[in-house]
Amino acid sequence: MDTDQLIKTLAADNAHRARPVGFVLMLAMLAAAPVSLLMFFTELGVRPDVMTAMRNPFFDLKFAVTLALAISAIAVCLHLSRPEASLRGFGWYLFIPAGLLVAGISGEMMMPQRMPAMTRLVGNNSKVCLIAIPLLSLPPLAAALIGLRHGAPARPAVAGAVAGLAAAGLAATLYASHCTDDSPLFVATWYTVATALVTAIGAFIGSRVLRF
Amino acid sequence: MREREDEWTGLMRSAISGDDAAYHRLLKAVAPVLRAAARRGLARAGQPVDQSEDIVQDILLAVHLKRHTWDANAPFAPWLFAIARNKLIDSLRRRGRRIFVDIDDFAETLAGETPAETAPAGEVAAQLQTLPARQRDVLQSIAVESASIKDTARKFSMSEGAVRVALHRGLASLTAKLREQ
Repeated sequence: MDTDQLIKTLAADNAHRARPVGFVLMLAMLAAAPVSLLMFFTELGVRPDVMTAMRNPFFDLKFAVTLALAISAIAVCLHLSRPEASLRGFGWYLFIPAGLLVAGISGEMMMPQRMPAMTRLVGNNSKVCLIAIPLLSLPPLAAALIGLRHGAPARPAVAGAVAGLAAAGLAATLYASHCTDDSPLFVATWYTVATALVTAIGAFIGSRVLRF
Repeated sequence: MREREDEWTGLMRSAISGDDAAYHRLLKAVAPVLRAAARRGLARAGQPVDQSEDIVQDILLAVHLKRHTWDANAPFAPWLFAIARNKLIDSLRRRGRRIFVDIDDFAETLAGETPAETAPAGEVAAQLQTLPARQRDVLQSIAVESASIKDTARKFSMSEGAVRVALHRGLASLTAKLREQ
């Protein structure tokens, strides 16, 4: 087939319309959500003292951080699904959750504490945190990668890593309602390690499946 | 340069709103630019420039299948060149690896052979043969015999909708096969 013939064939297929990337990403996320929710409610569940915990600003801060991570990473994902996009001008989105966390840590430092900082940082749930967040993030990670695959990301590993951040943010939002460690020091340590792991998995898979 | 790119943007907008002729004109207009870029890329990578046509076809397929990622409010050229750059780098990497293997295996048969100035593209044609019969027939009818969708439908006693589906699936799986080879 010579190039003129190929062009003729492509023009004949002009009527075909693909769905926008955002739409496919949303559908995939809607399909992934019940899987993660099922995993969460069968294995972990919301902590029993959630009603009192909600009055603790540091409990609420966990959701602000994880949701900020999820939302900003999804926005960056959608941006990176276009071939001419780069992280420039968008990368700072990803610093919003980090900024919230730093503000939380400084806030906690200024308050009188019953426990020393090291005890708060180590917490009681670090092992569960490191297992639960990556596992809960697998369904949304698959969804984010499916959405990106429908797009045309120029740098598959970077796009995959951001998909990992988005998935970790969503998984951590669920996990945060189970975990009884509310200190921002705990969140900054263990949630970050778990998120880094999911990000690495996303970059690894992304570099393989996101080439177009 | 500027004028040419504005024209491309206009053509692509018309194409998206359903003007097949504008789309055809656009692809015809960008092909020589892509060809020149492919030849430059091959030359810079120290690879024979006669393979440029395979790269051009690879880029055109990607442009076609990913055109929904173009923002109709943005200029078309930066998007096009981003797709082209991506595909060019991919093909050079792929060819680099394969040529390396080939030279190891066939160094003697290759010696003294000078490549023709421009070889016809062979990869798309070769992958076409591996498609399911229905998709291959439809693609060949439209590409080689220049039949319209309507004529193709009549020839194979299919509905026009079925021809459109086979056409699009055929193009999509061609692209997937080229990527995985």
